[in-house]
Amino acid sequence: MEPGAGSVIRPAHRSTLQGLLFVAPWIAGFLVFNLYPFCASVWFSLCDYSVLSQPVYLGSKNFQDLLHDPVFWQALKNTLLFAAVSIPLGTAVSIGLAILLNQPAGAQGLFRTLFFLPCLVPAISLAILWQWMLNGQMGLVNMALRPWFDGLNSLFDCSLRPPDWLNDPSWALWGLILTGLWGTGQAMVIYLAGLQEIPEELYEAASLDGTSAWQRFLHVTLPMLSPVIFFNVLMGLIGALQTFAVPYILTGGGDGPGRSLLFLATYIYQNAFDFWNMGYASALALVLFLMITVLTLAAVRFGEKKVHYQGR
Amino acid sequence: MNKTSFLHLWVCRILLAGLGLLFSLPFFWMISTSLKPLRETMKMPPVWLPIPPQWQNYPEAMAAMGPFWLYAANSLSLAVLNVLGTVLSSAVVAYGFSRLEWRGRDGLFFVLLMTMMIPFPVVMVPLYGLFRELGWIGTMKPLWAPAFFAGAFNVFLLRQFFLGLPRDLTDAARIDGCSEFRIFWQIILPLARPALLTVALFQFMATWNDFLGPLIFLAREEQYTLALGLQALQSTISGTPWHHLMAASTLVVLPAILLFFFTQKTFLRGIATTGLK
Repeated sequence: MEPGAGSVIRPAHRSTLQGLLFVAPWIAGFLVFNLYPFCASVWFSLCDYSVLSQPVYLGSKNFQDLLHDPVFWQALKNTLLFAAVSIPLGTAVSIGLAILLNQPAGAQGLFRTLFFLPCLVPAISLAILWQWMLNGQMGLVNMALRPWFDGLNSLFDCSLRPPDWLNDPSWALWGLILTGLWGTGQAMVIYLAGLQEIPEELYEAASLDGTSAWQRFLHVTLPMLSPVIFFNVLMGLIGALQTFAVPYILTGGGDGPGRSLLFLATYIYQNAFDFWNMGYASALALVLFLMITVLTLAAVRFGEKKVHYQGR
Repeated sequence: MNKTSFLHLWVCRILLAGLGLLFSLPFFWMISTSLKPLRETMKMPPVWLPIPPQWQNYPEAMAAMGPFWLYAANSLSLAVLNVLGTVLSSAVVAYGFSRLEWRGRDGLFFVLLMTMMIPFPVVMVPLYGLFRELGWIGTMKPLWAPAFFAGAFNVFLLRQFFLGLPRDLTDAARIDGCSEFRIFWQIILPLARPALLTVALFQFMATWNDFLGPLIFLAREEQYTLALGLQALQSTISGTPWHHLMAASTLVVLPAILLFFFTQKTFLRGIATTGLK
């Protein structure tokens, strides 16, 4: 404290104190529910810990085990593959839907609601519904696909069959991606709002220059929408990397045939609450955190170069 | 847009109709299956409209889940507690981060933004240990107490809104010697009603949808939420009675959809602003 402050609280101090007082609930929550668990995670990852007994220091053993654990690598591969496919695909679909909705074709409200509704479906219902939709024999998806396959088979004299989605290790992840596409409505609403903010004059000017619709999309829509795309991709990335509930329920509380629906978050959960191997689970959690941090920073770096902010 | 051609509009309309059908088909299939007798669920070609609809599937599915109404009450009370906690605490904190000026404010706010990068699976192990020490495992406290300590995303949203309110609103009250808390409570909060409603809706949906939290922290069946009760039904039954599973799933979706229809405007505007700010 500066000399002379004495017992009189000076205005500058009062306002700092007051500010801290207002944000105190968050500070307390941050310390207890973020900072402590994070630090504890770091410590547990260096220990043998089962919750029931005190952690025992192991050094880097958990991380060495992790490097030689094929299941970890599979979880990592699945997680990254899922993010790498579902984010671009979801972005394309939701931008496409938003552009379609933004045309003056009428009934915008009705269709916006139709496309948006699926993202309100809770994970539990979503997963059970798609378990049924993707059922190999009686699922609606395969019922729709079967006539096409029959046609192909009679044309080319072969015997192709639609995949048994969730029971086939090479198709299960694609089933999950399809499920995710159905729930893309939240991003679509944001894109639609973004499209409506683009000034009409830009399109008019571009039209006068004799540009095609595709050129206008590339040179007006995409740059003007880029901050919104950036936001959605970032949120999608953080979400995709922590995928847990839908694949877990889709597989009836497991990780799918040949562990094809095992994600990093699933593997953390299994180690922590099925095997009570909290030390190893913490090591996995740190890897997940590191991945999110690195990929987010990379996205922000990339975004600084590519995103077009108006007025900058 | 008078230059838009006739053909262009009709291509859009056909695409919209087709995609609208595609997006609503899973809903239709869920409800249709939920009203079929079991053997009809496996019939080929599929029965689109079950006649007569088997309404009794619904009470049967509820009975199969066990204490359905208890689970529903658990889900609802968790949602209400979370909404209450997060709206109150996030508003106070957002006020401190927006309408007051103090040293260290922006640094702390940056820390708050950073915490959005720590997802639940990263901290769930130590949190479990912490709640176990507190004797909270097997109670519902881990699922609502944290909501009273402000969520980063909600603080961010409300701060944006508070920053947009004109300064003069509060200057006069301040000159009159009104306490900062009273300014917050009596001037800012009433003005922020739409933003508060948005935060409340998002939080309600998030809690209603939450699966991992209850899965980890709840131990006894009488504390199960609807999501857990439905998962228990899915994993214990054999022979997969799809008509019951679809009926139960429909019942879990219904409150979320109803809430959406009553608050559509606020809801969609809320989502749109999260992405544009």
